[in-house]
Amino acid sequence: MENNKKSIWEKVVDFYRKDLVQYIVKRLLMFIPTLFLISILAFFVIQLPETDYVDREIAKLQMEGEFIDQEQAAALRREYGLDLPIHERYIKWIKDIIWTPTDSEYYRIYGSHHNWKYSFAYGKDVWDVVDDRLGLTILVTALIMIFQYAVSLPIAIYASTHQYSVGDYISSFIGFIGAAVPNFILAFVIMYISYKWFGDANLGLDFSGFFPFLKSMIIPFLVIGTSGTCGIIRSVRAQMLDEVSRQYTLTARAKGVSERKIIMKYCFRAAMNPTVSGLGGVLSSLFSGSTVTAMVLMIDIQGPELLKALQTGDIYLAGAIVMVQAILVVIGILLSDIALAFLDPRIRYSGGNR
Amino acid sequence: MSLFKKKEKSKEDYYLASQWTLMGRKLKKHKLAQFSIAILIVLYLSAFFAEFLAPYGLEEFDGLYKNSGSTKIHVMHEGKFVGPFVYKLQKHVDKTNFKVTITEDTSEYYPIKFFVKGTEYKFLGLFPSDLHLFGLGEGSEGGTGAKIMLFGADGLGRDIFSRVLYGGRISLTIPFASAAISLFLGITIGAISGYFGGVLDMVIQRIIEVIGAVPQIPLWMALSAAIPPGISSVEMYFYMTLILSFIGWTGMARIVRGKFLSLKNEDYVMSARLSGVSTWNIIWKHLVPGFLSYLIVSVTLGIPGSIVGETSMSYLGLGIKTPATSWGVLLQEASNITDIAAYPHKLIPIIFVTVAVLAFNFLGDGLRDAADPYK
Repeated sequence: MENNKKSIWEKVVDFYRKDLVQYIVKRLLMFIPTLFLISILAFFVIQLPETDYVDREIAKLQMEGEFIDQEQAAALRREYGLDLPIHERYIKWIKDIIWTPTDSEYYRIYGSHHNWKYSFAYGKDVWDVVDDRLGLTILVTALIMIFQYAVSLPIAIYASTHQYSVGDYISSFIGFIGAAVPNFILAFVIMYISYKWFGDANLGLDFSGFFPFLKSMIIPFLVIGTSGTCGIIRSVRAQMLDEVSRQYTLTARAKGVSERKIIMKYCFRAAMNPTVSGLGGVLSSLFSGSTVTAMVLMIDIQGPELLKALQTGDIYLAGAIVMVQAILVVIGILLSDIALAFLDPRIRYSGGNR
Repeated sequence: MSLFKKKEKSKEDYYLASQWTLMGRKLKKHKLAQFSIAILIVLYLSAFFAEFLAPYGLEEFDGLYKNSGSTKIHVMHEGKFVGPFVYKLQKHVDKTNFKVTITEDTSEYYPIKFFVKGTEYKFLGLFPSDLHLFGLGEGSEGGTGAKIMLFGADGLGRDIFSRVLYGGRISLTIPFASAAISLFLGITIGAISGYFGGVLDMVIQRIIEVIGAVPQIPLWMALSAAIPPGISSVEMYFYMTLILSFIGWTGMARIVRGKFLSLKNEDYVMSARLSGVSTWNIIWKHLVPGFLSYLIVSVTLGIPGSIVGETSMSYLGLGIKTPATSWGVLLQEASNITDIAAYPHKLIPIIFVTVAVLAFNFLGDGLRDAADPYK
């Protein structure tokens, strides 16, 4: 009987929340097998090179004039678990990452429960190396992402409300070129132009203050952000054009709703859904695009670190970087799915089976 | 009357035309796609006939021409018109400060000749020849002769124009080969996933999701660590193709699966199954031709990504390595700002990468419009 006392509004809120919570829990549960598969992929990457880590260490020690006999090599292999069959090696690797027991030697030395193995190239624990750049990588990526949306959404709205105007053509043209020209090639060209015109190639990042930092971010913004920006403009413009020609827009217009309100409150909101669901893809292409570009522009994020790891055969570090980036992207997809569930009731009702 | 008949004829023509003919017709109306096809044909032909078109061999160098910009082509020699020709370069050392200047030696001129004999080569590794489209002819070869370098020379004095042509051979065919592998893998795995469904489908879909979530270029880079050091160029080529197709198939498989889910319950599939056609034949003979056009569109749109991937990996030294040459390897010369500022001609390979990427994108867009029956 208590239920009847509730107003209709309260019932709606109840239902809405229950549905949303169910959806989020379901998505979080799906996150676990995804993480498992990502770890397998990272382990696959680690296992690929024919010469393993111990071979390389032995070669290094021999170069330094030390003599290593077969027994010592076998002992080294046992220590790293390289003599085990592949699935056992995977289990050992992933177990060490998730939880290294307190009585292990690793814990005594590093005081951490998560053993990501040792990076020979940096002479440090792999996680320390990853952690060093992780903050900056996330900061740079997040800033570029905000920049992308801040620039592209107004342009897309303008282009769709002024279809076939000069501004629309210009933005479409730049959009196409920007989406097609590879990032790192753009980096070369902009670097050259910047050097020619301003006498400064604007390389690297400047941490001396807030404004110098923003100034040093201009080229990364331009280079890494452009392709994504162009992609967002294209898709949002197409979505907006679809929405503007819908009947509800006509109805709203006939009822005398202001044009501004029609565009911002109805069309734009509807057009945002596919944009939000594309967030994960944007994030993935940002990591991909920034990898080579960061090397050209000498920005100290994870891309250059990955290259160094690969060049020196520091394969555990490379695997860890690939894994961390994939996890970040998957978290991005998860967040965008949850945001979409907030925005679009259809997603909640169908339980996410789009 | 005749006009009416003609109209009737064209209508009949339209209804009888196969899907591919219709696609071809629509594609013909797409000007940008037509233009892109022309450009791609030129690019591929020039890569195919690289030895003939390039005036010099892949490793031919001249120390004097180190880092020199593109060779100036003159037509007037001592106030007299003599047709296109070039001057030889000469080195001049200032005795007081030992500053080396390289200037043109205007005492003698070397006319540009067509179909000249030059460096010997084996066309496609089979037919020995020494014919080149253009060059300076005999007498200008060897260490000290005049050279014609349209795009200038790299840090070792090798002709960038010739090297761009040779590099195109690798940079333009690897993406193609990997697209073919992706197509095969995509259809096979997507078909398995869509046709059989169940747990297998679940697992394959999760794998596709995960591979799709990992950023492409970092994953390619990490996979390239598996390329054993010191292997031959052919093996390197093979490995690069495999690595690039590692990601490409996932998108394809997703499309194929979707199509299979909607097509597998159609009556014609059922009747094929009842007639005892094997699953393999149902997939390849009855189902795949129905949506092959969509797949070709997505293959075309995937090629630019592989071109960029190959170029960036080779640029980083993880992909194709010297002595083999690709556009990415050529760009290694332009890896720092001092190089770029002093010798901007080293950025020329970028134009080729960009043109190829744009052309494939425009072609893909045109194909997509042509394959869409509702447009």
